[in-house]
Amino acid sequence: MVLETEKKQKKYKVIGTRPIRPDGLDKVTGRARFGADIDLPGMLHGAILRSPHAHAHIVRIDTSKAAALPGVKAVVTNADFPHVPAEELSLGEGAVNLVHLRQNVLAEDKVLYHGHAVAAVAATSAHIATEALRLIDVTYELLEPVLDVRDAMKQGSPILHADLRTRDMGKDGDIPSNIASHLHFELGDADHAFGEADVVIEREFTTRMVHQGYIEPHNATVSWDEDDHLTIWMSTQGAFNVRDQMARLLRLPVHNVRVVPMEIGGGFGGKISVYLPPVGAILSHKTGRPVKLVMNRTEVLEATGPTSGSYIKLKMGATKDGRLIAARGELAYEAGAFPGSPVGAGCMTMLGPYDIANATIDGYDVVVNKPRVAAYRAPGAPISAFACESVVDELAEQLGIDPLQFRLQNASKEGTRQLRGTTFPPIGNVAMIKAALASDHYNAPLEGPNRGRGVANGFWFNAGMQSSLNASVNGDGTVSLIEGNTDIGGTRASIAMQLAETLGIPMEAVRPTVVDTDSVGYNAVTGGSRITFASGWAAYECGMDIRRLMCARAAAIWDLGEDDVEYVDGVIRARKDAAKKFTFAELAGRINSTGAPIIGNASVSPQTVGGAFALHIADVEVDPETGKVQVLRYTAFQDPGTAIHPAYVEGQMQGGASQGIGWALNEEYYYNADGTLANASFLDYRMPTTLDLPMIDAVMVETPNPGHPYGVRGVGEVPIVPPLATIANAVYRATGVRFRDLPISPRRVLKETQGLE
Amino acid sequence: MAAVWIPPQLRYLTRGAERATVPGDTLRAVIDALDAAYPGLRDRLCEADEIRGHISIVVDGDVTQRGLTQPVRPDSEVQIIPAIAGG
Repeated sequence: MVLETEKKQKKYKVIGTRPIRPDGLDKVTGRARFGADIDLPGMLHGAILRSPHAHAHIVRIDTSKAAALPGVKAVVTNADFPHVPAEELSLGEGAVNLVHLRQNVLAEDKVLYHGHAVAAVAATSAHIATEALRLIDVTYELLEPVLDVRDAMKQGSPILHADLRTRDMGKDGDIPSNIASHLHFELGDADHAFGEADVVIEREFTTRMVHQGYIEPHNATVSWDEDDHLTIWMSTQGAFNVRDQMARLLRLPVHNVRVVPMEIGGGFGGKISVYLPPVGAILSHKTGRPVKLVMNRTEVLEATGPTSGSYIKLKMGATKDGRLIAARGELAYEAGAFPGSPVGAGCMTMLGPYDIANATIDGYDVVVNKPRVAAYRAPGAPISAFACESVVDELAEQLGIDPLQFRLQNASKEGTRQLRGTTFPPIGNVAMIKAALASDHYNAPLEGPNRGRGVANGFWFNAGMQSSLNASVNGDGTVSLIEGNTDIGGTRASIAMQLAETLGIPMEAVRPTVVDTDSVGYNAVTGGSRITFASGWAAYECGMDIRRLMCARAAAIWDLGEDDVEYVDGVIRARKDAAKKFTFAELAGRINSTGAPIIGNASVSPQTVGGAFALHIADVEVDPETGKVQVLRYTAFQDPGTAIHPAYVEGQMQGGASQGIGWALNEEYYYNADGTLANASFLDYRMPTTLDLPMIDAVMVETPNPGHPYGVRGVGEVPIVPPLATIANAVYRATGVRFRDLPISPRRVLKETQGLE
Repeated sequence: MAAVWIPPQLRYLTRGAERATVPGDTLRAVIDALDAAYPGLRDRLCEADEIRGHISIVVDGDVTQRGLTQPVRPDSEVQIIPAIAGG
């Protein structure tokens, strides 16, 4: 449901409509080609041997028996990679140390988590490759693992990296530590403000490592040609980022690497860093044949990047009239085996929904013997919002103020200074909370025992970054749109719609195609909720380029000056002669008989992202006998700026809410004491299905972003920020127990409500 | 002159100052001016004539992508924050 739709539909013809997605037919008929569909002449199949231990020195790797198995063409280890310097490589947002990336792809002298890749085989069949893994003999010297973030921070804890020092804003510590970095933020004077608070609440929270749970496992097929050119067909959120990672890891020029992004079955941030392509590359280099690698689900869960488990201590203070005045937080996030947790974003988003003048927040990025974390939808923000929104809820309760009203009277708005020092541009936080307050859901009675209603707010920055595209006008009045962003959430449609709107033609006249890295200018990752914003902006600029060229062509045909021609609603016309006009299709039909083809180009790097807010309401019922939490009703409110394709915005809101509900209620990496992962399958790692969830109502409260030609804000990430606290607050009202340790699984509910183990 | 918000971890270099106003029409000039007033700041922010990889610098609300060549206006606000990741 879109609020304020009427105004928008008067303004736009294409934007705000719900056309069928351009890739829809291929997806529903099975014609769409994914990475696992690749089959090349002479192709070999790869398989990877993984560590059965969480922490161990690799003493020796004997590959001789595996190499001798008939059908095996190559066996590789980390020693087959070229040396790389310990330099940072940008992944678009965030960065990775090249040495750590290489050590994660194939372990060097230590294995650092259960499932860490140790060696790889290429063979004539997948079965032979798997069989060969059994013949690789690895001698390990076991080390004590450290699995919990608080344990890893203690003096005397097992150290993962002897050379790791705590980095503190550009300065490194003197002694080895599992704390990779310490962040510190201050706004105002929290110490003084707590002295003026009438109510102060301090609580501790813990969350467990969880996975994005994308349906399509990682895959890559790599061909290293005789002239040292690499071609990679794979599932990725960032073909250009993969190109950069591969070039740097393999010490190849960027132009020697071509990445072909196949259709993608989900990523949520987990398909930006490389796992398989470097292994496939060195196997292909050794054999002279293309090599295909496809992970199974166990490999995905054990060895690709989930998001952090965490520990948070948060103290907040308010005055008796309900004004939030102080916060002090300590956030410790697990990075997994190598530095790079999203604790920075967790710190900086936590207080985003509020106008709070005094805050001190410390963040710690901590390595533990678990897989290296990757981005996961609004990385870091759901975890910190869980803590903040739980404490805010408790403060409202102690003050006797309605929880939504409390959020409204403390809501951040344009001009509010954030913890990181910047002030908000125009944002829709207040309008969204008001819409929730007035909603049917919030005002409907919730009756019956063991039932409760919870609310929570959430903020995410959004990102801009680089986008490039081009579009050529065809003689039949259609436009071929060439773009370089993997389409995960319907961005072919959302970009095409913005081009169509700019040109004043139907969306169906724009034919979008996603191409490889040799075929379009640089594009940053499909992530950060940036594609509809930034690539949509590029589509606008590209459309304006085409409009200018079309006007010039019409001027040439009519023998007029270019300034004498204008472009209005898809019609090219002479300003002073009403008889002289072309529809877009009419002029398109004359392009090739009157001059050069017309091609629009655009490359942009916009930053005015606007920021995004989401507020969720949940009704739950808790079964006192089984401890199961049933979500009865769920409504997600969000400010998408201008909803380009409202159905896809609703889909993002529902998807984010669903993932967040899973995180709140069931999902967790469950480790044995020896550091082995006990639930590396979807049978044991319990994600919600349609049977677990009600229809999630999506309400868009549009506050257009003045920093975008069409008012777009990113929409994909923020809806996963509020659900953790929304559910926890609802369960509290159903049971009387505040759950501060996720997930709120039946086991924990029974333990907390009935003392049952 | 541009107003630069000094992050808490670097305030030991600014004798506790949270905010500094310095001249400069590019980020490079602003950081050079900061370093002249508070020696050592440049080294904490830059490496080999580039902003360090784990640091983002925000000018007038937007994370700069032009590095040290980012234009700065006399009334600009500059913040120094950790780099963040998105999914």
